[in-house]
Parts: sequence; structure tokens; C-alpha cells
Amino acid sequence: MRHRLWHHPALSSLLLLLTWLCMPAMADEDSAALETAFELFQSKSFDHKAEGIELIARSGHERSKTILEALLKSRLFIKRDDKQIVIGEKLGKQYRINSALAAENLGTIKKRKLKKVGINNNLRRQIRTALATIDLSHPDPSVRLEAAQSMTGKTDQASLDLFRTILKLEQDSKVREALLNALAIAQLDAPDPQERLKAIDQVAGNLDPAIRAKLAHLEQDKNYPEVAQAAKRALDSIEFKLQIFSVLETLFFGVSLGSVLVLAAIGLAITFGVMGVINMAHGELIMLGAYTTYLIQQLLPDYTGVSLLISIPAAFVVSGLVGILIERTVIRFLYGRPLETLLATFGISLILQQLVRTLISPQNVPVSNPEWMSGALEINSVLALTYNRLYIILFCLLVFIALFLILKRTSLGLQVRAVSQNRDMARAMGVRSARVDALTFGLGSGIAGVAGVALSQLTNVGPNLGQSYIIDSFMVVVFGGVGNLWGTLVGGLSLGVANKILEPWSGAVLAKILVLVFIILFIQKRPRGLFPQKGRAAGD
Amino acid sequence: MKPLTKPAKRFLTGMIAATTIGLSSVTMAADTIKVGILHSLSGTMAISETTLKDTMLMLIEEQNKKGGLLGKKLEPVVVDPASNWPLFAEKARELIEKEKVASVFGCWTSVSRKSVLPVFEELNGLLFYPVQYEGEESSKNVFYTGAAPNQQAIPAVDYLMNEIGVKRWVLAGTDYVYPRTTNKILEAYLKAKGVAEPDIMINYTPFGHSDWQSIVSDIKKFGSAGKKTAVVSTINGDANVPFYKELGNQGISAEDIPVVAFSVGEEELSGIDTAPLVGHLAAWNYFMSVDDPANDAFIESWHKFIKSEDRVSNDPMEAHYIGFNMWVKAVEKAGSTDTDKVVEAIIGVEVPNLTGGTAKMLKNHHITKPVLIGEIQDDGQFSVVWQTEGAVPGDAWSDFLPGSKDIIADWTPPISCGNYNTKTKKCSGQYY
Repeated sequence: MRHRLWHHPALSSLLLLLTWLCMPAMADEDSAALETAFELFQSKSFDHKAEGIELIARSGHERSKTILEALLKSRLFIKRDDKQIVIGEKLGKQYRINSALAAENLGTIKKRKLKKVGINNNLRRQIRTALATIDLSHPDPSVRLEAAQSMTGKTDQASLDLFRTILKLEQDSKVREALLNALAIAQLDAPDPQERLKAIDQVAGNLDPAIRAKLAHLEQDKNYPEVAQAAKRALDSIEFKLQIFSVLETLFFGVSLGSVLVLAAIGLAITFGVMGVINMAHGELIMLGAYTTYLIQQLLPDYTGVSLLISIPAAFVVSGLVGILIERTVIRFLYGRPLETLLATFGISLILQQLVRTLISPQNVPVSNPEWMSGALEINSVLALTYNRLYIILFCLLVFIALFLILKRTSLGLQVRAVSQNRDMARAMGVRSARVDALTFGLGSGIAGVAGVALSQLTNVGPNLGQSYIIDSFMVVVFGGVGNLWGTLVGGLSLGVANKILEPWSGAVLAKILVLVFIILFIQKRPRGLFPQKGRAAGD
Repeated sequence: MKPLTKPAKRFLTGMIAATTIGLSSVTMAADTIKVGILHSLSGTMAISETTLKDTMLMLIEEQNKKGGLLGKKLEPVVVDPASNWPLFAEKARELIEKEKVASVFGCWTSVSRKSVLPVFEELNGLLFYPVQYEGEESSKNVFYTGAAPNQQAIPAVDYLMNEIGVKRWVLAGTDYVYPRTTNKILEAYLKAKGVAEPDIMINYTPFGHSDWQSIVSDIKKFGSAGKKTAVVSTINGDANVPFYKELGNQGISAEDIPVVAFSVGEEELSGIDTAPLVGHLAAWNYFMSVDDPANDAFIESWHKFIKSEDRVSNDPMEAHYIGFNMWVKAVEKAGSTDTDKVVEAIIGVEVPNLTGGTAKMLKNHHITKPVLIGEIQDDGQFSVVWQTEGAVPGDAWSDFLPGSKDIIADWTPPISCGNYNTKTKKCSGQYY
């Protein structure tokens, strides 16, 4: 390791002293603290940087929040030439920099001329606490609330004292509640048993994991049976609530997995279910949809949300056209020969995969999530519904409804159903069955493309994307009943939930196997799936 | 037979011409040394292995610019085993028997290595294997330039235990041989360090697993017991992306529950937005961000060769860099590319690595490597937060597994054995 002068503790304190002495008379003490901190940031040692952060946090300087935020987001740099600490903002290949202390614009500069002030997890935690402490006196009550909540369970003596001081002045009831809560959690460790009892009362029914851990500790308390009992009671009521929420959570996970299955399978429900074509390239049509999302995102790099919305129709068109092309060039010569269709479409799937590998890249490509799809809707501290899953569930239902309406309410839908029920009769009635075949296959493929857009938000976009979903898709369609959209919906959702119920106690690998075994047994009993086709349509 | 149409005729003559050109290049190649490259260029593993093929082509090109080897030019022979394990064995046979290559650089997954091992031993070929693996193996014909478990997994756990103060452990992995063996070693190691059974959670998922909701939620619950928790991840390749995404979405940050990964490098991160991953860890023997002149030069020539400034370099690439230079040095030392002579000459050969130190080939066919722990940054790179004092020698047979505690590999006389029991003083002959 290369030693710099300021690494040495004695030297660094000397340096500190010098900086203090050399300060122009006008500069106030706050800026001096910042200057010292900046000297410490030049060091490679994380301990020195921690000291620097502490200095900034305590300085009360108006720039301290901006500087700490920049440091947290790795936007704080050292200029290589004059060692000045600056805040940089990326502008293409260059950085626009401002001096950290004075917010003075220093123009743009190349990336190589800057060196990042590196931090690690411990420093990140320290900065977050420091920022929350600053935020506790923010004028906006919602910011104060968030700060108080983020500090709950992570408090030290200094912040507890601060909490007590703030509590005297705090007007907002929600913030007061949060502060009291944080204090109560700290009080669970109080030496006085009466204090502990009071604290247990205060936290009863609170699901924060920090509280649970502390209560479990108190429950073992042999010296004060009264405290132990109170802790046990509080813990029992918490455990009961937890169980309810854990059931809800499993259900949500199941439905969200199910909706992914339904999305992947619903296009197949049309091509396989309605037309009877075993399309092994279905997964690759999903993949093409996902790649369309990627390409559109490349065209509109600054508008992730908009590009995602544009991708939906675009992916439908791209995959739909490829589907029609496959149908016109290959599948139409193979109607009524399922084995040959299977082999031919399997070949097509390999061709499509390798095409993507050659044309785009064998590597996975990055598809970013729009802001509104990241994070989670926090119901409470144990149940959080992730936004991306919520949107996918919603999206799945929308696609289902749209497809349902197309099949039931449009003339294309009528023709599709007519052809699938009785091809000869439909032709006799003047339906151009070849055209209907192509359009139906295009529709199913297009829906696969739309599913690809959704999957691009959940999983990797790469040449192998389709392969991981093809088996699941067939499973859902066969289980739900061939030729029935409702079957696909119910089948997909119930398989998702079953998988998620099994997973915790059997592990992900075995859960998948168990579900497959279940389907095999189920198909033995009901060969036509959950919702078999009835009447003349079923006769074949 | 129908008479040929005009285009068909043109096609045929073209084919014949192409074949003759191909043939003449073979005859011309009589005074070159052939180097086999056995990496998948299609199929699932193409994502990782294509880069290694390009790395090898670059290294060979550079060596040729320096005047080749033993006065001859090096000639790369690239084959595509297409991520198909039995095909690996066939292609290896083709390289050694038909192409008569002097050495082979290749394989990524352990199963592909296990598939080619019998071929290399039967035909007495040479294989340089560049990827971190589970150990418990040492073949006379294979040189392991990636990390053994004691050069990656064990130091990473030490770091978490001693520097971060982790008390509760989640061992999460993909369900195949590398994670299973590594986790077995880690579990034994943790227990030896006094970690209780209930503080270890082990979880396996299938290849390409994408629905991580319940597992991440389980990890969250496991980590909320009041003790510092960390995840040691042997999750393979691209299943990591949805895993990390789920971690981010469920609000688990690296400050709460850090994840240290053994299979996530710059290449894997180049496919995702790393902003939610900042602070999660990876343990490797090389990072692209390492500030070292040799590394800068390597990256520069890599960018020039691949004609893109955006491509990253990663740990297995460094392993090939080391392995190739070791082979070159050993051939020069032996004055021949004969397998037996090279195998003898290469032991003890020392070449510079890309992180400012040197790598030495050991008697057990593993090499010495420094261990680096890096935190993921928002630009897809790692910043090194900790590293071992010096280079760690690779250990073929783990000291923490009951079955292999007393076993060592030593390919120099008098032992000359890849599976030698120091207690019974016997060589089992079962090298893998």
C-alpha cells in the first residue's frame, strides 16, 4: 500500500491544525470542518473517510447535506490535478463539475481527470444515518417521518438524546409516534424493569423485526418474570399477526408467479389450444418481444417509461409478423402432422436463438426498469408488495381481457372459432381459412411478444430467454384445458400458487418437480384438463 | 440425376475452390505450433465463453507479434462444443488426434471439464482450465488457473466474519456440482469456526431460476433475527440478475444483508442496471478496476483487439492470460511442446499477473493467486475493499471435507500423484 503523508495520525492532526491556522479570518468554523473532512477524503483508508463524514455531519454547514448525498451516490470526486473535492454530474462522456464547498461551477471535464471518493457499506450506513439526522429537522413532516422511521432500531445514545430533544418541539402526530416508537425500542434494553415494561406496552403489536428480536431476548429474562411474561404476551400477538401476513404474502407470490405463467402461455393457448399447432418456437417469439423492448429502449435511452409503453404494440407487431412468416413458410404445409410440426418449429427456435446471438450479441442485454416499477408498496414492515409484480399482475389481466374480447366480440374472433371448430364447414360458409390461420397464428405470436415485454422487466433478456418458458407454457395450457382461455388463466394462477405454497418446505427444485408430478397424475384422471371443451367442438 | 442449374454449378465450383484453399492452408501450417481453443460459441454457455475465445485469439496474436514460440508461429484452432457436454469430449479428441494441437485452453462449467478429462488423460494432451471451481481434483494433464475454494470462498467468508462481524449465514446456490461442493466445504468451515446449525440456511435453486420472491422473503425473515446476516451466493451466471433485482425491490440493501457472490463478475454485471446493487460484494482474484500498469496495458490491447471501448475484462480472462504465459514460458524452458516435457518444466514457473503480483505454478497443478473482495459500484465495476496480504496457494483437495483432509496432489517425483493420502502413503489413482 502506498502511504501518503496524511495517513499518519500524528501528521494528519498536524495537518488539521495547520488547516485551522491557515484559514482566512472570514471563513467560519463550519467551512473549516468541511476543509478538514476533504483532506481526510483524499486518504485510501475507510477509517479516515469515516472521520471526515462525521465532521461534515456535525458541522451543520448548509452544504453538508448536498455533499453527503453526493458521496452516497458516488458523485463526489477528487480532481486529479489540484486535489480539489468536486461534485460531478455525468454529461455523455464528460462530467460537469461543481466545487463541493462553494457550489461554484467549474465547467466540464473528462472522466479520467477525476477520481471517485470510494466508500464501502459501513460508510454508506454512516452517511444514511447522518442524512436522517439532518432530515429530522426538515420543514416537511413527511421527510421527518421517513427519517425517524429509517433510524428506528439503529439508534445510538447520541441520537436518542437528539430524539428526546426533538420530541419536545415536534408538533406532527405521526412523527411523534415514530419517534416514541424508536425510543421505546431503545428502552427495551433499559436497565430498569419498569421502563422495560412500559416499553413493551408501547411496542405491542408492532411488527418491526428489531422489536421481535428484542422481545424474544426479554422473554428469556429469568430475573424479572413479570417482564418475561409481558414480553411473551406481546410476542404471541405479534407471531399471530405474522402468520396471517405470511399467508397473504405466499398468496401474492403465487398469483404473481401465476400471472407470469399465464402471460407466457396465453399466446400458446391460441396457437396450440385453438389451432392445434405444437409451436416449439413460442418461447423465441417471447424472446423477440423482449429484444424489441431492448431495441426501443436503445432508441429512447432517456425515456424508460415511455419506451416501455411503446414497446407493447411494437413487440406485438414484430412477433406477430414473425409468427405469420413462420406460419406461411413452414407450418401451413404441416397441418395435421404434429410430430413434423414439433420438429420443424424446434428447428426454427434454434435458428431464431442463433440469429439473435449473431446479430445482437451472445451476451444478455440490459433492459432497465422505469422508476415506477422499482421498489415495493409497503403494507407494513413484514408485508411489502413489489411494484413490478403488481404491474405484471395487472398487465396480465388486461391482456387476458383484450384477448377474450377479440375472440368473442370481433369478426376475426368469430372466424377463428369457426375454423377451429369445423374447418370444412367454415370454408363452406365463405371463411378464407388460410387467411384466418395466418392471422390466428399472428395473433398468438403477437401476444407472445407482448409477454416478452413484461418478462423483460422481470428476468434476463438474452438468447436463452424463451427456453426457460416454453415447458411452463405447455404445462399451463395442457393443465388448463386445450382450447380454453379461462382454463389457461385459472390453470396458470393455480399452478403459481401451488408452486409457492410448496416452495418454502420443499425447496425450489423439488417444488417444480412436485408440480409436474401433480400435473401428470391430474392429466391421467382428466385428460382434457381443467376446463375440457364440451359439445361438438370437442369431437375429434 | 437432373443437370445442375447455373447457380448450383457456381456454388459447387465455389465449394471446391474453398476446400482447396482450406487444404493448402493446412499444408502450409506444417511449421506452426497449434493451440486449441475449446470454448462454446453457441448455446447457453456462449454468453460467458465467447469472450474467452477472443481473449485467447488476442494472446496468440500478441505472441506472434513478438516472434512466436521456438521460432515458429502459433496457430489458433477454434472449435465450438456448443454448450453440449458430450460434444466437449468429441471436440477435445478432434483437437488432439486430428489437429495435433500442442495444448488446449478451454472449458467453463465443471461438467464440461469432467467430460473432457478422460480424453486428455488417454491421449496425453494438455488442458488449461481458467474458471474458479469446486476443487477435489488434480489431473496430470490439466492445469487449473482459476481459483480453488480456498482461493475464493474461504477468504470471502473470513472477510465477512472478521471485518463485517457476520453471525448468520445464508448459503444460496444453483443446484449443480460447484455450489453443492463449495457449500459443503463452507458449511464444514463455518461449523469449525463455531457457527451453530440454526444460524446457517442452505438453499438451492434450478438453473436460470427467475422467480426469487419467496426465497428473498425467506432470507429477509432469516436476517431479521437480530444478528448480522450475509448471503454467500454461488448462484450461477444470469440467474443472479433477477435475484439482485428482487433484493432491491424488497428493500434489502447491501448495508442490511450483504451478498457476496463467487460467480458474478464484470461480464455478468454488464447486462444490468447496477444502481440497486451498489455495495454487494464479489470475491475474485482479479477486478477490471485494479489500478496496475499491467492491467491497464491488458485492457488497452483488449479494447483494441475487440474494437470496442465498452467491453469489460474479467477474472477468467486473467486466468487465461496467466495460463497462456505460463505455457509459453514452460515450452521455452523445455525447448519442446511435448506434453511430458512441458508438464515437467511448468512446475515452479512464475509469471506476472494483472494485479501487481506474480502467479506461480504449484506441484498440484494449481497456481498462487491473491484474493480480492470488491463492492459493486453503480458503473458496473467493483471497487476493492479488502485483499489478502500475499498470494494464496491453490489447494486441490479441501482441508475442510472429511474425505479429503489427508489428501494432497503432487505431480513431482517421488509422489507423482494427484490423489495421495499422506496418512496411508498411498496413491489412489482416482484423480477426479
